[in-house]
Amino acid sequence: MSYKAKFRVWRGEGGEGRLEDFTVEVNDGEVVLDIIHRLQATQAPDLAVRWNCKAGKCGSCSMEINGKPRLGCMTRMSTFAEDETITVTPMRAFPVIKDLVTDVSFNYQKAREIPSFTPPSDVKPGEYRMQQIDVERSQEFRKCIECFMCNNVCHVIRDHEENKPAFAGPRFLMRIAELDMHPYDVADRKDAAQEEHGLGYCNITKCCTEVCPEHIKITDNALIPMKERVVDRRYDPLVWLGNKIFRRSDAKR
Amino acid sequence: MTQTTAESTARRQRAQIKERTLRTDQWWRYPLVTFIIFMAFLIYATWAIFDKSFFVSPYHAPFASPCLAQATCPEEARLFGFAPFGDWYTLPPGLLILGLPAGFRFTCYYYRKAYYRGFWLSPPACAVGEPHRRYTGESRFPLILQNIHRYFFYAAIVIGLILAIDAVKALIGKPDGLGTWILIINAVFINLYTLSCHSCRHITAGRLNHFSRHPVRYRAWGFVSKLNAKHQELALISMFTVMGADLYVRLVAKGIINFPFA
Repeated sequence: MSYKAKFRVWRGEGGEGRLEDFTVEVNDGEVVLDIIHRLQATQAPDLAVRWNCKAGKCGSCSMEINGKPRLGCMTRMSTFAEDETITVTPMRAFPVIKDLVTDVSFNYQKAREIPSFTPPSDVKPGEYRMQQIDVERSQEFRKCIECFMCNNVCHVIRDHEENKPAFAGPRFLMRIAELDMHPYDVADRKDAAQEEHGLGYCNITKCCTEVCPEHIKITDNALIPMKERVVDRRYDPLVWLGNKIFRRSDAKR
Repeated sequence: MTQTTAESTARRQRAQIKERTLRTDQWWRYPLVTFIIFMAFLIYATWAIFDKSFFVSPYHAPFASPCLAQATCPEEARLFGFAPFGDWYTLPPGLLILGLPAGFRFTCYYYRKAYYRGFWLSPPACAVGEPHRRYTGESRFPLILQNIHRYFFYAAIVIGLILAIDAVKALIGKPDGLGTWILIINAVFINLYTLSCHSCRHITAGRLNHFSRHPVRYRAWGFVSKLNAKHQELALISMFTVMGADLYVRLVAKGIINFPFA
């Protein structure tokens, strides 16, 4: 079965542009990225779209479909009515290079600002011994395919460009949580999360979790636990007193 | 054709889309329903604070429990006879304690999500532009005070225990009473909601990095994590059970509900 679908696709270089209308063939089993490719092949040969694996694993084809951040390759056409007009735009939080391709270098910059894994100085490579239950929390976060849709949908920077220097976004706050929960990481990440990477800007409205194509529970398992760790460090005198009395340090736990 | 590079002005600009959102689904339903439910709860709670029919033996309305004022609390309504506020205190007894469960819910991570969306529209829904010009979130006063959630959690544990004691007292006093079972169901859901809290999950073992060194705490963390996955549902169910139980006791106390097994 095939039918003709109505598409509106953002066309333009830089931020300037407009939504262009297309009528295009759709066949059974196709996804939105297939239709964008058909547009390239038949009607708009210069239509720019970033893509790679077509399997939801490379995180390249992030775009906004009917206003929602989605992977083009994982959005089935069967989820839309045949008479529905489907609007496809680039991610809103990042500058546009051309058409559906955005410049996501903001994310690479934020990634570089986070100190890498820092093991204790007296443990040499090859000497790490960890049990599965010690690392499985962090392993959930390693499923991230870096599509950056969580950072794109987060209203802290999506609606407030001026917050970009102060806020790392859910993707990289999750990276901080991953490292802070690591049994062999000894870097102090709690104060940095709050002071340098803007954890306090997060108001846990869970849009990052809603759009994650890997279904990572970003808010519940990374951001809120990290907020609680910051509370331990900065706002809970009972924890401070307990640490003093029992001479505990974060690294020992 | 000119090539855009990372330095060119064009690459510093987002797509200039004028619409606040291009979403075509009913994204406004969640904030609207949240607003209506929470407003109903607030209106009821305000009425309940000033309503005096909060006790009819052996039932104690949850919104006024524990009753700590000598002037307004009947002897039987006091928790183990404890009423530290003397005759000088004549205001409604609910005013003394409601701040604790209210603070617990107000600073709860689920409720924060819900009312930031439903009341403050920050954002109203995902990928829908918010109306505010500036945003600093919980990074500064006053919203940085949300970090005191943990203290309200400690208080909520005590309140949950007191509601459980009230339910047991009702069970002893009137085991076949409908109100008894309403209070028991309420106590169960209030305590499940309290235990499913993110702060509880963190205190149980979430703050540890070596689960393997703390097997008992790790197992407790696993249990709380399962509850935590249902935190939103428990928050809403317990909100309805506490409101329903409170209203039921007051209606019995007023004589409006008066069938034999009430």
